[in-house]
Amino acid sequence: MKKIFFPIKDEKDLEKLKIGDEVSIYGKIFTARDAAHKKLIEIIKNKHSLPFEIKNALIYYAGPSPTPIGKVVGSIGPTTSERMDKFTIPLLKIGLKGTMGKGERGIKIIKACKKYKAIYLITFGGCGAYLNQFVKKIKLVCFEELGPEAIYELEVSGFPAIVGIDVNGNNFFYKRRV
Amino acid sequence: MKRIYSDEIIEKVKNTIIEINYKIPCEVKKYIKSAYEKEKEKYSKKYLKIILENIEIAERNKIPICQDTGLPVLFVEIGMDIKIEKGKYRNLDEIINMGIKEGSKNGYLRNSIVSPIERINTKTNTPAVIHYILNEGDKLKITIIAKGFGSENKSLIKMLNPNEGKKGIENFLIETVKKAGSLPCPPLFIGIGIGGSFEKSAILSKYALTKIGDETSEYRDWEIELINKINRLKIGPSGFGGNITVLDLKIETYPTHIAGLPVAINICCWAHRIGSFEI
Repeated sequence: MKKIFFPIKDEKDLEKLKIGDEVSIYGKIFTARDAAHKKLIEIIKNKHSLPFEIKNALIYYAGPSPTPIGKVVGSIGPTTSERMDKFTIPLLKIGLKGTMGKGERGIKIIKACKKYKAIYLITFGGCGAYLNQFVKKIKLVCFEELGPEAIYELEVSGFPAIVGIDVNGNNFFYKRRV
Repeated sequence: MKRIYSDEIIEKVKNTIIEINYKIPCEVKKYIKSAYEKEKEKYSKKYLKIILENIEIAERNKIPICQDTGLPVLFVEIGMDIKIEKGKYRNLDEIINMGIKEGSKNGYLRNSIVSPIERINTKTNTPAVIHYILNEGDKLKITIIAKGFGSENKSLIKMLNPNEGKKGIENFLIETVKKAGSLPCPPLFIGIGIGGSFEKSAILSKYALTKIGDETSEYRDWEIELINKINRLKIGPSGFGGNITVLDLKIETYPTHIAGLPVAINICCWAHRIGSFEI
């Protein structure tokens, strides 16, 4: 199990990660899914500044269920990453270093990970109750009106994932197929 | 005439929508356990182990199994010898939706329902999708599925030519599962609706998902054959490879027109959240 910290401090931290590596994530990461991505892309198009620091960051494709009283967060598993493919490249261009979700991604994202030296992490689909354990804090960042689709900052400790695409553009899923 | 009161329906719908989101049915768990024991592929086995752990944690800590607490889809079977005392509500739709709304709030379920074009969240997890079936007798039976949409997105319907038969249906099924790949959270449950009209086949495919675990259907041999064919695709749990892509598959049929053969394939993730009650 390799440890990664986000936001990353040094690009070299990502270079040592290879597809299929099991990793545990520490630090601060951001959630965003379909509706939030649409808004982020509009902000970039209008040349305004983003509501959070995207440089060296990790975006987790997730929309948590509400936090029950006395708990840190609700169920918080990944959504299907492929739906975010069309929004990802403009974010990688401005310094996003990692994305995390479930399932395969298109060839454009595989190539973009190589070009922008970013990684894609796969975490465990449908396992929001299990993944809940690794989230220590949740804070609303922006787009509150989107409800579960708002952007949240998560403080994570040991959040588990598998490297799906590495900085050299290798794809975990191709290697698995017969 | 048996009288059934709105308050009782609301209470039972509320409790059921919460319970199915916290606790997976035993049959579903049994399929996953058996997949875990059989699966040899390293990553897939690990995923299945985490799924089992996830199920335990959700049940123990009373937290939804998956953050996508689903679109509520209901099959409501109404006996002809009952009278529903609607109280202050206009109709049964309103009564059922009240139960879903209260359950979603009390159970901390995610509000995932939006207007389709403007994407405005209704903030109640309603309206649910409700299918009514009129039956004989004096019972009201309601089955609720909390349908995850990652897998719903990968479902397809096709109007085959009348002579394409079993082979055509199989090809469409294999094509659909291949195209879905890792995206709908395999290992899957699959409902297939064959016949009727365009919309009838789709409803049948959803209804077939209520029959998961029932090994007595007239098509069981064909169902097993299809399960084996899909598993030879080696997509595996989470798309990580291996021998288990589908956990169970059910077929429902209805007579159709001489000119056609509608086929609907409804894909469901491993987290098949379903429950029912009877009054």
